[in-house]
Amino acid sequence: MINQTAAAMSEALVKGEVTSTQLTQAHLDRISDVDTSVKAFLHVDEEGALEQAARIDADRSSGKKLHPLAGIPLALKDVLTQDGIPTTAGSKILQGWKPQYDSTVVAKIKEAGVVILGKTNMDEFAMGSSTENSAYGPTFNPWDLSRTPGGSSGGSAAAVSSFEAPLAIGSDTGGSIRQPAALTGIVGVRPTYGAVSRYGLIAYSSSLDQAGPFGRTVLDTALLHDVIAGYDPKDATSINGTFPNVIAAAGKGDIKGIKIGVIKQLQGEGYQKGVQARFDESLEVLASLGAKIIEVDCPSFEYALAAYYLIAPSECSSNLARFDAMRYGLRVGDSDGASAESVMNATRNAGFGREVKRRIILGTYALSSGYYDAYYGSAQKIRTLIIQDYARAFTQADVLVSPTAPTTAFKIGEKSNDPIAMYLGDVATIPVNLAGICGMSLPAGLADEDGLPVGFQIMAPAMCDDRLYNVGGALEGALASKWGGHLISKAPALGGSK
Amino acid sequence: MAISYDDVVAKYDPVLGLEVHVELNTESKMFCSCSTVFGGEPNTQTCPVCLALPGALPVVNARAIESTIKIGLALNCQIAPYSRFARKNYFYPDMPKNFQISQYDEPICFDGYVDVEIDTDEGLKEFRIEVERVHMEEDTGKSLHVGGATGRIHGADYSLLDYNRAGIPLVEIVTKIVPGTGKYAPEVARAYVAELRDILRGLGVSDVKMEQGSLRCDANVSLKPMGSDLLGTRSETKNVNSLRSVERAIRGEMIRHAELLDAGAKVKQETRHFQEDTGLTRSGRSKEQAEDYRYFPEPDLVPVAPDAAWIEELRKALPERPSLRRKRLKQEWNVPDKEMAAMVNADVLDIVEATVLLGADPTKARSWWLGEISRIANDKEVSVAELAITPADVAEIVALVNKGELTDKLARQVVEGVVAGEGTPAEIVAKRGIKVVNDDGALMAAIEKVCSEQPETAQKVRDGHIPAAGALIGAVMKETKGQADAARVRELLLGHLGQTN
Repeated sequence: MINQTAAAMSEALVKGEVTSTQLTQAHLDRISDVDTSVKAFLHVDEEGALEQAARIDADRSSGKKLHPLAGIPLALKDVLTQDGIPTTAGSKILQGWKPQYDSTVVAKIKEAGVVILGKTNMDEFAMGSSTENSAYGPTFNPWDLSRTPGGSSGGSAAAVSSFEAPLAIGSDTGGSIRQPAALTGIVGVRPTYGAVSRYGLIAYSSSLDQAGPFGRTVLDTALLHDVIAGYDPKDATSINGTFPNVIAAAGKGDIKGIKIGVIKQLQGEGYQKGVQARFDESLEVLASLGAKIIEVDCPSFEYALAAYYLIAPSECSSNLARFDAMRYGLRVGDSDGASAESVMNATRNAGFGREVKRRIILGTYALSSGYYDAYYGSAQKIRTLIIQDYARAFTQADVLVSPTAPTTAFKIGEKSNDPIAMYLGDVATIPVNLAGICGMSLPAGLADEDGLPVGFQIMAPAMCDDRLYNVGGALEGALASKWGGHLISKAPALGGSK
Repeated sequence: MAISYDDVVAKYDPVLGLEVHVELNTESKMFCSCSTVFGGEPNTQTCPVCLALPGALPVVNARAIESTIKIGLALNCQIAPYSRFARKNYFYPDMPKNFQISQYDEPICFDGYVDVEIDTDEGLKEFRIEVERVHMEEDTGKSLHVGGATGRIHGADYSLLDYNRAGIPLVEIVTKIVPGTGKYAPEVARAYVAELRDILRGLGVSDVKMEQGSLRCDANVSLKPMGSDLLGTRSETKNVNSLRSVERAIRGEMIRHAELLDAGAKVKQETRHFQEDTGLTRSGRSKEQAEDYRYFPEPDLVPVAPDAAWIEELRKALPERPSLRRKRLKQEWNVPDKEMAAMVNADVLDIVEATVLLGADPTKARSWWLGEISRIANDKEVSVAELAITPADVAEIVALVNKGELTDKLARQVVEGVVAGEGTPAEIVAKRGIKVVNDDGALMAAIEKVCSEQPETAQKVRDGHIPAAGALIGAVMKETKGQADAARVRELLLGHLGQTN
């Protein structure tokens, strides 16, 4: 059962072929079987999950009308607060902290009756692209345990691709959903900025952060997307408007006449040969389905990475100031006679990892008086140019596409001492965040040279998330017929009972 | 070394700058729905947002924006069609996020002014204080430093933190530099803060209680040699918690600066703390190296873009400006300058007006509130507003006196009764059996008795020495326990002694 799609599990639950309790237990068993080698989870809430499953089973047998995802298990990135459940954001500084409140995403998931299995590993405060920056050790890619699953939502992506959970929630500040989805052969969507409430999402970079869904198929991902999107008065940047129907779009299939723009700047040189080959192949498939493929020019994308690495650290240097040992989390150096300032210093020094410190220092510098205009100010101007590039491109095409990441999954430790090489891996995903639009990564096949999954990225204008699902659903369907099944069915069994 | 204030202002020209922080009286905090009620148990008025729990987000209180725009309009400011919040970053334990959400280069209101009138050697003179900006921000929590000699963080054994105040909406009103006030600088500053307080109270946007900290003033002062164009180095005095202290703090700082300058020393640019007991300031943290607050636009909030039509509605609904109102009342009531000033200083203008609106004669209403009732309030060390007596009570008493049912003296007994909570004036008159003796027979009996007791005085009156009647009238009043109408007594007495005029 665990290797099914969420949609298939939902059907089985409705038909009474399985109970949520059985389904939840099967996933808990799978976690205990394989998570010692995958290490996707930081905390498994067995008791809470089984309680919720039992409640849903009872509701179902009493004839109550339930959400299609009611009773389906899910893995939650440890960056979202869940009342009473340890939440660390992958950092030592939050070790032992139990939030007193549910994030809006968690509240919506609970309300739909989804069963939360536990909290997944991530790069500390979502800063990283490999999950190696977690204070609790790395997560391993289920396709090849010597490789990273990408990041920062690597735990959530690995949980879905290792059949520990059919669905997961991640967050995407510069590609943290799309890149791990690409590297683990699943579907991941970063919704339009403001479509999913950030209330309870531990902030890395407020103007870029956005939570979003992971699934094994475009439809599964749409079902979860639909649960978490919507206006939230608790988030001032939340959009109060009409949200597109992503579920209908995922099932539409027809893309005849749709114009697809290939971004000139996001292909070719710097992209692994097998990645480029799978990407080109997907374009041919889309063309064969009746889409019109054109090339678009986004000249400012050249500066996107530089702008991102000024804006995100600037915001994070301020967002992470609250971790000061005064009210919650780790406290170090609190001996007799120690001043508040020395406790703050000692705690932050012990509690933050190297990458987090690097970004806090970068951001503090970039916002400093005398440097602000040159760094933060210029970065904001680039951001405007990128928004304009997209706006122009979207007058020519309905959606834009690129490979999600320049390479397939890399080896653990391969880039951990070379931050620039690590940052370059986000070159294709970051522009979406800077512009506040939406993006999807879905499997495009396996690279010939290493047999590892390749991601195909689709981008659409703000609040046009349905276009991602329409094009993604059509491509997925055509590729599945070509391969005789979804790519995920080729994922290794990992010794457990699949 | 000591230099007199007169010498200071003969040699130096003071330049002022005033920053006033006002706590708005919204029901909930600036960025969350926690209560703002003053005096709750520590940390009972908190939530994930104002405690800065991971993941929590601010949402702007629409009421606070409305109040701030009203303030801006009342201070003759421009209202920005688009303004943003910014983060002011610095670490301090009582600031939960370790940044304060404030407004930086885009305040919501700017370029206004307030006019104040000062009694100068040349008569009343108007001074214009230009307002640079009015912006919104959030208050911090409170630290209580326990142990140690100074009650300050350095040397304390430990500190307690109360976050109830964290996130209370604050409005900061900043003046441009105020030159040209000369020796009246302390009075101009005081009048400005008093005027602000009255404007804010009139708007109903704040409790404006300086002693509770809902209105706080930071006073910047610098001196320049007479005739010089170069501004001197300023000091910024904090903790100025009463109107009187504003005046004292500025006068004290002017003298301190002058002493330093006369001695050839430099004034240090620093924060100073005002001490109520001595009237002096002591050095706080030095501001020689400006702190770098790393301001940047608050990404968790959207810009404030108030609708122009709504601003016009707010403008139309503004109450009468206090200075104009004072002018109007002065004219309507025909009050001399000094008395008007006395009413303003005693803070009884509102209450007198309310009494007049209930039908009392302005002169009588004023004399009750400024005289007898203020005296009782002083004895009890409370404000007149805190006494149990209302404008309606006073209006009723004035009416009873007018109808001849009470004498002024009896009326004072009634006032005492109302203050003591015995009931309304009518109830007290009935309960205490207070009654004017207006039975001529009884009065005549008393007059005859007094005249026979003081035959010499009575003779003087008969002989045409009218002023001597005063003593006899007084004795009659005493005889009738003050319940007689003195005018009637005088009339009957003079008739009795053959002096009908």
